[in-house]
Amino acid sequence: MTRKHDVTGTHPLLISGGTLITGTGEMRRGDLLIEGGNIAAIDDVGRIPERGQTVLEARGLLVSPGFIDLHVHLREPGQSHKETIATGTAAAAAGGFSTVCAMPNTTPVNDSPEITAWMQKPQRRAMVKVRPIAAATIGSSGERLTDFSALVKAGAVAVTDDGRPILGASIMREALMASGALGIPVIQHAEDTRMSQGCTMHEGPTSFRLGLRGVKAEAEASIVARDIELAKETKAHLHVAHLSTAAALEQVRQGRKSGAYVTCEVTPHHLLLTDEEVGDYDTNCKMNPPLRAESDRQAMWEGLHDGTIDCIATDHAPHAAHEKDQEFDRAPFGVTGLETALPIALMVAGGDPQLAVRWLSSNPASVMGWKDVGALRVGVAADIVIFDPAEEWTFTASESKSKSKNSPFIGKGFRGRVQYTIVDGRVVWSL
Amino acid sequence: MALLFYEASTRTRCSFELAAKSLGASTTLVSTTASSIEKGESLVDTGATLAAMGAECIVIRHPSSGAPHLLARHLTIPIVNAGDGMHEHPSQALLDCFTILQHRRSLQGLRLLLVGDIFHSRVARSNALLLTRLGAQVTFCGPPALLPDVAQTIAPGVSITRDFDSALPTADGIMMLRVQKERLAGLQLSVDDYIRDYQLTSQRMALAPEDALVMHPGPMVRGMELTSEVADCARSLVLEQVRNGVAVRRAILLRALGGRA
Repeated sequence: MTRKHDVTGTHPLLISGGTLITGTGEMRRGDLLIEGGNIAAIDDVGRIPERGQTVLEARGLLVSPGFIDLHVHLREPGQSHKETIATGTAAAAAGGFSTVCAMPNTTPVNDSPEITAWMQKPQRRAMVKVRPIAAATIGSSGERLTDFSALVKAGAVAVTDDGRPILGASIMREALMASGALGIPVIQHAEDTRMSQGCTMHEGPTSFRLGLRGVKAEAEASIVARDIELAKETKAHLHVAHLSTAAALEQVRQGRKSGAYVTCEVTPHHLLLTDEEVGDYDTNCKMNPPLRAESDRQAMWEGLHDGTIDCIATDHAPHAAHEKDQEFDRAPFGVTGLETALPIALMVAGGDPQLAVRWLSSNPASVMGWKDVGALRVGVAADIVIFDPAEEWTFTASESKSKSKNSPFIGKGFRGRVQYTIVDGRVVWSL
Repeated sequence: MALLFYEASTRTRCSFELAAKSLGASTTLVSTTASSIEKGESLVDTGATLAAMGAECIVIRHPSSGAPHLLARHLTIPIVNAGDGMHEHPSQALLDCFTILQHRRSLQGLRLLLVGDIFHSRVARSNALLLTRLGAQVTFCGPPALLPDVAQTIAPGVSITRDFDSALPTADGIMMLRVQKERLAGLQLSVDDYIRDYQLTSQRMALAPEDALVMHPGPMVRGMELTSEVADCARSLVLEQVRNGVAVRRAILLRALGGRA
């Protein structure tokens, strides 16, 4: 084997003695060599010849393909007081993510190839790979489609009007047809906003007690059902963002059985928390979709385990402290999530790290049809996360890399922690 | 003492003010119009400003549920909830309770009927929590749009009924709540149907025990949730409730200020 030229300027790196989770169903001890930003070799421990590489001792640690988050809000352009691409991707790196998909609800809305390209410029100082998801309609106003093909050329990997769901059936059908032709998914934040006006949390005993208007679970399921019909008709790929109710999950399950090309994701907070966590108006438990009932939360676990839910996506949604420190109904929706996803995935996986890696890496890659990420294979870019599944730690605001600290998990103890994140062979995070 | 009122109020504001003055406190009223709230000052900053000027207690009325909790998290002085959104109106519940106890020995086993727009009512929530804690049985009564089934989960001892007439014969007290016409229109409920099923009339009063108490937290919409005849009848405690409001709020302030007042 000839030594490749080191294109990224990184020194060859040998990850030694770790347990490799390849993302292709294999888990074994082994060494992994990175050269020129790519995975150059994978072999049994001690089998890769010593040639002066930097050695990263990974004994007792798990080595897996870098995580991929299909749903983050990096807030640039226009809302850099909440987050920037640099700070958001620093948080991503700390959470083990090597690729993040950036939602278009920026200011202005990312509905143009120019903004899509701007987000990917080196000047943004991204620590990990940023894949923009562009607006499906101009200004995300739900009326006229954006130029999907120009957006894809500029680097967009999907379209969505996240946060401002596409309510009109005909425009949704148009979006699916146009995206189907390009082989990208339409991502829908499934919420019938006609049913959720003024609602700030899930409708249930807690919303009644707190005197907050609650959104019914049906507001999600009805849009999912409608979209699945359209996906069947157009044979296009529908991806349901942050699924949160048992009813919508059932729609996806049935839709798949009947042949629709539908995938979906769930957030860590919907897996771990319920509406009761809102407590005494904790705005760090205010997000959209809202925390749901215990039965919904349990359904999300089942959905992940039976494969109906493809992956975990954080819906990382940073907001400045003064914005969250308001009356509950005035505070913006959203919580950060990049830095706490791994331990939650491990918890849901019941101690099977291969499952956690499937939900955080291989499956999001296959949802997007990406062949070059989501698995450890010789020849692909070295996007790797090294983690200790047993380390116990506490997530604190002072250590969080995100510019905003609006997480319901501040001060919470977790098990399982990212030690190193490597993107294109470069170590972008080490504990 | 600062009275921070983000919503209109007659009874609550005046009675807190009178209560404070009778205890020797000076009061400042801050309302949404004619203050920096109009300029976009946040609730937290407004509260901190009042505290910095020496307010030893803030009485707050706010359209957002949970607003007093937000203030209490940021300030060390006592925050008194004078009504927050659809959430709670604790001083009203205390004065309602006090009024009932002037007519009954105890709340234990008492059957109280709360009728009207329960969903939007902070008075209903606070009363259900307080009265059941003291042993009363609370029955909410109203149409589904104003009284969702989930309401009965608010506290043990709370039940719901849609049938006013059949609940009346066993009621020890009937608490009528304000119903806004605009709200019925928004929910596509007919005013005529509402009046037919849920208005407290003299005819309906005849179904209740003779000594049943009739209460209303005000403001009343005469001709809507109850007739004028009932509002002004001998069994109506409406003005007694208002009178007791001053005394109960005096007690609340004394308690909040730890006897310093």
